[in-house]
Amino acid sequence: MKLTGAQILMKVLQEERVDTIFGFPGGTVIDIYDELLKTDIQHIRVRHEQGAVHAADGYARASGKVGVCLVTSGPGATNTVTGIATAYMDSIPLVILTGQVPTHLIGNDAFQEVDIVGITRPCTKHNYLVTHVEDLAQILKEAFYIARSGRPGPVLVDIPKNVSAAKTTYKPIEGVSIKSYNPTYEPNSKQLKEAIKLIKDAQRPMIFAGGGVILSRASEELTAFARKTHIPVTMSLMGLGAFPGNDPLSLGMIGMHGTYQANTATASCDLLIGIGVRFDDRVTGKTDCFASQAKIVHIDIDPTSIRKNVTVAVPVVGDCKICLQHLNRMIDEAEIQDLEAKLRPWLEQIDDWRKAHKLAYQQDPDGPIKPQYVVDQLYRLTNGKALITTEVGQNQMWAAQYYHFEKPGHFLSSGGLGTMGYGLPAAIGAQIAFPDKLVVDVAGDGSIQMNIQEMATAVEYELPVKIVILNNCCLGMVRQWQQLFYGKRYSATCMNCAPDFVLLAQAYGATGFRAERPSDVEPILRKGLETPGPVIMDFRVEKEECVYPMVPAGAPITEMLLA
Amino acid sequence: MIENEEKHVLTMLVDNKPGVLSRVVGLFSGKGFNIDSLCVAETIDPAVSRITIVTQANELVLEQIEKQLRKLINVIKLRDMTGSRAVKREMALICIRAKRENRDEILRLVDIFRCKIVDVGPQYYIIEATGDRGKLEALIHLLKPMGIKKIARTGFIALYREPD
Repeated sequence: MKLTGAQILMKVLQEERVDTIFGFPGGTVIDIYDELLKTDIQHIRVRHEQGAVHAADGYARASGKVGVCLVTSGPGATNTVTGIATAYMDSIPLVILTGQVPTHLIGNDAFQEVDIVGITRPCTKHNYLVTHVEDLAQILKEAFYIARSGRPGPVLVDIPKNVSAAKTTYKPIEGVSIKSYNPTYEPNSKQLKEAIKLIKDAQRPMIFAGGGVILSRASEELTAFARKTHIPVTMSLMGLGAFPGNDPLSLGMIGMHGTYQANTATASCDLLIGIGVRFDDRVTGKTDCFASQAKIVHIDIDPTSIRKNVTVAVPVVGDCKICLQHLNRMIDEAEIQDLEAKLRPWLEQIDDWRKAHKLAYQQDPDGPIKPQYVVDQLYRLTNGKALITTEVGQNQMWAAQYYHFEKPGHFLSSGGLGTMGYGLPAAIGAQIAFPDKLVVDVAGDGSIQMNIQEMATAVEYELPVKIVILNNCCLGMVRQWQQLFYGKRYSATCMNCAPDFVLLAQAYGATGFRAERPSDVEPILRKGLETPGPVIMDFRVEKEECVYPMVPAGAPITEMLLA
Repeated sequence: MIENEEKHVLTMLVDNKPGVLSRVVGLFSGKGFNIDSLCVAETIDPAVSRITIVTQANELVLEQIEKQLRKLINVIKLRDMTGSRAVKREMALICIRAKRENRDEILRLVDIFRCKIVDVGPQYYIIEATGDRGKLEALIHLLKPMGIKKIARTGFIALYREPD
């Protein structure tokens, strides 16, 4: 049977059980869009290609499936770059399909031609330019395989227009194997034994869990491991939800805006078990001082993460879930007695730290609204069950600190790249993945404007995403740095000219509410969450509020500004 | 030079496909690793190329370079060729000023170093020399006073010695 490239693409998408594509059409992908009409694959036509990638990313983070986007050549392709880099930094499985000018025009500076494979080489896990229709099926299968296996990541496939139009015989491809690509899932048992030995000997052990735990769906195993061993758990921003935030063993988030107890315990622990983390600079602060009393066990599927930023005593390359399964079994077999009794002084010490400096804010009933109060109320009203996306900056940190994530896949945030404008399109993607769940984008007045055009997408597809804007009329996080470290010289961070978000919501055909006093917060949240369809809630919050604790960039993480 | 940096010869077998060299080189520039020399050509299997890179790095950085290279989908195999387990060679073409009074000396050096003169002109000779780093450096050092007009070097290639 002879099929066109576009038809082959549809075949592979169906084989890969792709039910949704996020995209934006254009000249070089008309053939593909024409075929798409004949399938039952849902297409969400966004308003900007960056939105398409973030939406696919939100869909992938929420569902664990590979997110797919489809865009045209040239500007369509370049507009995806920020989204791709976002997914790459956070290891999110995506397949990005870009149109390309016909092969005979490549290199000619043709209309809407750009070397997107060259541009995205450093921010994709892998990418392909398809030059012959005969290669298309194999490349697409490889793309999905690479995106979801090992340490996941975005894979881009650039398809010239004549390749989508050309015909070839189509034979479904069974199973993909790439001889030069074999991720290590099974850990080395000798290394695991070393880790168990260290656990046995440790007096002040600690687990540091990251996004890798969520990506490998190892939360259950992690929770079992921590409870079995009574070892307290801190999480990176990407790891929030990997371990129940309200568990007595949870220390909350580590790092620049981590909790007092997490950062202090890290500096005091004698064993740090990093699982699915990469010891990013926002976590470690000054690396020389990071966990300086501890031996570090580092479990990660990507060997390049290990010994990149910190010295590791026991490196374990493997899938987090499989490693934790082994560790749980080995702990049972080792029959370690009295772990709880041994660790009691350590856990009591941690409790003292916890009580000494709780995450807190003071809401004066007559004063301006505290942004933390809004997130706190949101947490209460939703029973901590909502799927939260965030933008980047103060909104992101307050969401991370005050919405105590109980489950994985409920906090969708651009951690590595720190992409403002991520939250709204990601919320759209998450809502597509879970139509019946409550999806809330915790946003700032600055970041929401970076992809506000996607309101139209939410309205068009009747996606009831709720947007909570913590509106402080400025770019709060940068302003906070200026406030604390640059003598309050607010260079370019005041945003006094912003749209009226209530009217803006209405202009898009959505609903808008505004809260100006603390007493408005709860009723407006309630009303906003109950209103069907997309809703923007504009909370006019205190302008000069800062996120605390804060570790100045490059300082040891014990040097926290607490208020 | 940063502390403890040493020269390392890394060779890798890679898919012989467009863009693969760019991935390898892009990795070095993107991650701030350095390249002293680089040599690429097809192997006996036309689907596979061999890339040899000489880099300067300390132990930790070298470990990252190797891991990052192995992570590239198109890198099939990577080996550190530093040390005596591998044969390493470089070729140089040296254009030397052939003044009448120097010609005997040039010929003598060419003979001692087992090189060849591959081009003879009225004022310049071109010498083809092959060897390890020490040999080429020594030859260049001896030729220099007579006036090296220009030089082209291939950078190292290396092969692991097969066990007996």
